[in-house]
Amino acid sequence: MTALAQLTADCRSRLNPAQVITEPAQLRTYECDGLSSYRSTPGVVVLAESTAEVAFVVGRCAELGIPFVARGSGTGLSGGALPRTDGVLVVTSRLNRIIDVDAADERAVVEPGVVNAHLTTAAHPLGHYYAPDPSSQQVCTIGGNVAENSGGAHCLKYGFTAHHVTGLEVVMPDGSIERFGGRAPDPVGYDVLGAVVGSEGTLGVVTEATVRLLRTPQAVQTVLAAFRTIEDAGDAVSAIIAAGVLPAAIELMDALAIEAAEAAVHPNYPAGAGAVLIVELDGPRCEVDAQLVDVERLCHGAAAFEIRIAADDVERGLIWRGRKSAFAAVGRISPDYIVQDGVIPRTALAEVLRAIEEVAAAVGLRVANVFHAGDGNLHPLVLFDEAKGETERAEGVSNRIIELCLEHGGSITGEHGVGHDKVVHMGKMFSAIDLDVMQLVRCAFDPAGIANPGKMFPTPRLCGERPGRRTGAHPLVEAGLADAF
Amino acid sequence: MPSEATQASSELVRPASIERLAEMLAATQADGRTVGLRGAGTKQNGGGAGLPTDVTISTRGIDRIVEHAAGDLVVTVEAGALLTDVQRVVGKAGQWLALDPPESGATIGGVVATAASGPRRLRYGTPRDLLIGSTVVLADGTVAKAGGKVVKNVAGYDLGRLFTGSYGTLGVIAECTFRLHPRPVARRVVVTPTDDPYGCFSTLRATGVEPVAAEWDGTTLTTVFESTESAVSEQADLAIAAVGGTAGSSTPSSFGQRAWADGRIGLKITHRIGKLPAALAAVNVLPAAQVRCYVGCGVIEASVDAEGLASLASLRSAVSALDGQVVVASAPDDVRRDVDVWGPVRGLTVMQRIKDQFDPDGRMCPGRFVVTP
Repeated sequence: MTALAQLTADCRSRLNPAQVITEPAQLRTYECDGLSSYRSTPGVVVLAESTAEVAFVVGRCAELGIPFVARGSGTGLSGGALPRTDGVLVVTSRLNRIIDVDAADERAVVEPGVVNAHLTTAAHPLGHYYAPDPSSQQVCTIGGNVAENSGGAHCLKYGFTAHHVTGLEVVMPDGSIERFGGRAPDPVGYDVLGAVVGSEGTLGVVTEATVRLLRTPQAVQTVLAAFRTIEDAGDAVSAIIAAGVLPAAIELMDALAIEAAEAAVHPNYPAGAGAVLIVELDGPRCEVDAQLVDVERLCHGAAAFEIRIAADDVERGLIWRGRKSAFAAVGRISPDYIVQDGVIPRTALAEVLRAIEEVAAAVGLRVANVFHAGDGNLHPLVLFDEAKGETERAEGVSNRIIELCLEHGGSITGEHGVGHDKVVHMGKMFSAIDLDVMQLVRCAFDPAGIANPGKMFPTPRLCGERPGRRTGAHPLVEAGLADAF
Repeated sequence: MPSEATQASSELVRPASIERLAEMLAATQADGRTVGLRGAGTKQNGGGAGLPTDVTISTRGIDRIVEHAAGDLVVTVEAGALLTDVQRVVGKAGQWLALDPPESGATIGGVVATAASGPRRLRYGTPRDLLIGSTVVLADGTVAKAGGKVVKNVAGYDLGRLFTGSYGTLGVIAECTFRLHPRPVARRVVVTPTDDPYGCFSTLRATGVEPVAAEWDGTTLTTVFESTESAVSEQADLAIAAVGGTAGSSTPSSFGQRAWADGRIGLKITHRIGKLPAALAAVNVLPAAQVRCYVGCGVIEASVDAEGLASLASLRSAVSALDGQVVVASAPDDVRRDVDVWGPVRGLTVMQRIKDQFDPDGRMCPGRFVVTP
């Protein structure tokens, strides 16, 4: 019997057999996450229903030397939950209890399979909400958000998942269960939470999270400003930031993205706009009112030709619907597309957008831009038609966009994660030594390298090696410099 | 027990660049010397007492403010730069690094290595929340970068957070990149006498106001609003209408200071935010306790005497029921050597494994933190 067959048999006897999937047609449901261009059929899928079950499966993986991949709703956009044919896919979506919502403590305790938006729904009657709001929040899970350090439109003001997790229960890659942090702040010891959040499932499986809840702001104002050109919209963003206003969100869409959104969900954005800016302000009513005046003035100053202010939640919802559906909407105007997630310093916005347009135009392709303008997180959508043989050109444009981000001092990923997709770019952003040092953390958690192997790091390191290891005497000692102090 | 003589023998060196720092650490690796670290020396009474080391490296020679990208609200600074110097430079652009630890003379490296925070953590958080990139140097001289210079970035493990609050035991934080905030143009401070800080603050918050800080010193709640002129005056009016008190434009002189005088015994008590009354009751059992709390943050600080310190175990037991911990945040070396500074640590076995990976020979700042050596 193979190790995987052994593990499957063990899981069937320990869990309800219906929780263990090996039927090929059913396995195919799990062969990709939100980035469907990468597919791999998992060896076996286990639908865990408790921490103990996760610990059992992972523990058996450790004993048998089988790799495992954790998965929530499978909405990730970097192939982080891409399964292994020689491994187990541990699905946490049935671990979906909201264990506690405590307004006085400003904390919620949830299982990893809880859907992001459901937590805010539960906290809302108590006057609170959960701040990180990825566009997939109606579907994506807190466990996946923790793995990816997910952001969302409102992270400009309120931060990412890492800012909102105060405690975790983790099934370690050896099958043991560890708890870090809790409901109180500043847990004593190394900031393990900081390391685990955003580790993309390479340090273990999170089975419970304690997260901050924020108070629902007293007032919210959502402004939609239309500009003739994307440069004008970019100027408005710079002016708002320079004026010392910190909006909850500043989102930008270009003409192509607007066209797609109109085709899909009819947000009825102003006709003839080369770009629209969505600015959301929240906080105490007096502060929001004052900032609203500023934002209107600054948008007019940057040549906005139409400004709308949402009168109520319905109008606000419509403005946001166009933005949050933009990725899917692009399917209406192009058979295929690649989404990038690079980040640039905000001040380089106009320059990088121009360069992206040139790169795409040079090979006869179009790029739609939808992005978190406040923090420079681009989401260029490279449109192409595989049937017309444009795939390779589109990939070339996509890679060039990442390089442009790095050339301007940015990052290869702002919120989608490295996963499988951007592994090849890690070596462009970090040196081999940087990556080696990061993997010291991996070695502390997962010396056998069975937790989501192949993701995030281009080259696994052998635990026990020192980064950039030097053998023999250090050159400085030989040079007589060691006794310099 | 180390004698004073062995401590005094530790040589103090002051590299002038990160490259030189790396060379020095590589040299200590070659001959196995233990290494202590020192910034401005403002936290010498905090953390584990530490074992004597063969060499002490001062970061004060590595003090450049490398880059202030004002339009991007980002600053990159070397570890030895003073927080006050950073504030002066970014302040010229109407910005600030939103950290206000009481140790105003501290270096950036010291603030990050001890995760020092002040009252405005209510709004802005602690160093981990503002650090977006870092350069670290390991015990063997390896120089590595993590994070970046953009606010939003999820590529790779977050070494910066891992090193934040690590008291130098994983390596040296040599350079940091932080997110900055616009410096608010107006301030209003509401001072309200109360013996119920939790109830008072809850009532105040129910009006929808968003203070940047709220500190209670045992008799008075000081609530700070910082924003535009109209926003702070309206919020102060709302706050006073709800809980009473008086408004002014500056904070009381004791605001934002530690509860203890330098060199005295001080405790940091954390707790579930909603359990402030119970936590205060547990602390007030200690004889001669002087408390100060960051209301709404889940943090109490208390000055105690030797007799109070003798009740540390029972305080820890009471506070653990509130999911909290008690750290001896300040005390003379001899006192810290004799007590358990940190108390029980959740996840300690994993932390030890991290330590053993980053500093396998245990040469960095031995005894200064929860891990061994």
